Amino acid sequence: MAEITKEMIPESLEAANAKALKKLKKRQKKRGDIEKARVKKSKGKHINGSLGGDIAIFILLCLLGIFMVFPLYYSIVQSLKPISELFVFPPKLYVQQPTGENFSNLFKVAGNLWVPFSRYVFNSVFITIAITIMHVFVVCCCAYVLAKCPKIPGYRFANQLIVTSMLFTSTATWIMQFVIMAKMGMINTYWAMILPNVATSMGLYLMRQNMSTINDAIIDAARVDGAGAFRTCWQVVIPNQKPAIATLIIFVFQGAWNVQGGALVYKESLKTLPTIMSQIAASGIARQGIIYASAVVLMIPPLVIFLIAQSNVMETMANSGMKD
Amino acid sequence: MAKEKTTEQKKPKPINTESKTAYTLHLMKMNQACYWMMLPFFLLFTIFTVVPVVMSLPLGLTSFNLVQFPRYIGLQNFYSLFVNDDVFLIAIKNTLIFAVFTGPFSYVLSFLLAWLINEMNPFLKVFFTFVFYAPSMTPSAFVIWQLVFSGDSYGYLNSVLLDLGIINSAKQWLTDVTYMMVVVIIVQLWMSMGAGFLALRAGFQGIDTALYEAGAIEGIQNRFQELFTITIPAMGPSLLFAAVLAISGAFTVGSVGQALCGLPSTGYAVHTIMNHANDYGSIRYEMGYASAICFVLFAVMLICNQVIRSVLSKYTD
Repeated sequence: MAEITKEMIPESLEAANAKALKKLKKRQKKRGDIEKARVKKSKGKHINGSLGGDIAIFILLCLLGIFMVFPLYYSIVQSLKPISELFVFPPKLYVQQPTGENFSNLFKVAGNLWVPFSRYVFNSVFITIAITIMHVFVVCCCAYVLAKCPKIPGYRFANQLIVTSMLFTSTATWIMQFVIMAKMGMINTYWAMILPNVATSMGLYLMRQNMSTINDAIIDAARVDGAGAFRTCWQVVIPNQKPAIATLIIFVFQGAWNVQGGALVYKESLKTLPTIMSQIAASGIARQGIIYASAVVLMIPPLVIFLIAQSNVMETMANSGMKD
Repeated sequence: MAKEKTTEQKKPKPINTESKTAYTLHLMKMNQACYWMMLPFFLLFTIFTVVPVVMSLPLGLTSFNLVQFPRYIGLQNFYSLFVNDDVFLIAIKNTLIFAVFTGPFSYVLSFLLAWLINEMNPFLKVFFTFVFYAPSMTPSAFVIWQLVFSGDSYGYLNSVLLDLGIINSAKQWLTDVTYMMVVVIIVQLWMSMGAGFLALRAGFQGIDTALYEAGAIEGIQNRFQELFTITIPAMGPSLLFAAVLAISGAFTVGSVGQALCGLPSTGYAVHTIMNHANDYGSIRYEMGYASAICFVLFAVMLICNQVIRSVLSKYTD
């Protein structure tokens, strides 16, 4: 059997062969690039950045960060100062003899209240959890429709209404709000503190904007598989929205935790933790340490929620599996 | 938008196409589930937000002191706002200055910081997000700035500057008309890493990482190229959200100035429209007048929002 030599292959075929080889090499190189990028990513590095840039950014952020975290640091330091250090002028930025005195004083005062302190804690926790759960549920349902059902009549109007309401600020609205709630018999109930805070346009707009980045093909696929709007929302869209949900929870929790009954609630046993803390702190200069201690105590739950929510956010898989 | 149109065309024509209303009704019937999903939110939203707002709009046309029933006085509130009220004109001027300086700056700043943080590894991401969001979580954030800008020589800024020999005598940062504006703008910027910043962080995290891999293969050289070619176009919706927050934040500036310089501030130097509304609403109890002020503010913000939306929609989508 004669060996196939180069001469035996016609000219045109050789050219085609070379072309194919070139193409193959190019593709291999591309694949190599992908591998390189993957390896870089798995090492925790950013694909399109350099190490020097990372360090520069880190230093810049640290410098700015010191400014930002300062009041938090200051509140904590003040709450740990004994009475002899609290009134030193000018105030020192560190504490020489840290003490838990302020905190124990705070709870001593809180223990002597007419309504048991645990009642205020319960009120706050109950209201916060109720608002958070209801808000996330209601807002996610509505945001899905506003982001992904552009065909329904009234779609444009609803979206416009939400954006417009975010811009409206009024000092007179609360009067009418009070009138309406009084007409509905909600004054002096938990409802007065919960319901007005459930449907707020900021959370809705946040979710709506984030959901609108989801690929329509995923939703169409779910529809073809027989899922209704509600199921599509909760089983397909929401699991892909972890960063947005985490942010939403941070916002709503922080807002709900600081809800004070104000004029809507006058029964002492319905008031919340921030109300009673500000009442304790209102005694003025004699309770300077307690003021900071109560601020620190009130800050803890939103802080914990913030850290949990932020650290559970992985890079999302939104649009993963889509090959257009 | 183009995608939506094609799917609409592909859809078989509904049976009932006789009139527009019939078609609308048909669409509504087809998408019943969507309305049920919207119902809880819009029910509560209507009761607690829309109705009170609509009911308080006419208050701008009345004289209302919270005790007597509102008395209709026509457009007199608006007339005296623009013609008789000198302080309101100062407030408009100050609000516009604040809006121009804090709005765009805080928007760009929170975007840049969110982006820089996004370049970090997961642990540092959480850490720095926390650090920059901290002022929004600290209730006593103002107190520290009062100490820094305190007017006597014990104020931190004064004592540092005196020690360095830059100034000869203590400056009244919070009561001297020449410095108040700058001080309040600085504190305002510092406070601005709030909701918009977090939303942008979420936006960055929602971007598909496959896009970056594709970018690397296509030959993107550095972060900046990546930022402009991939990141910004991919997070248009979050940018829009942050823009709306920045607008409403920039125009409703007031609480910082009030906390630092008092209400009214010296010579109305940092008096804003929001301060003016609070002054009439919660100190003088002239609710009609306060409503009129809020209405003017709302109109200004609405116009500004339309302008910014049209500009942003050119670059995103």
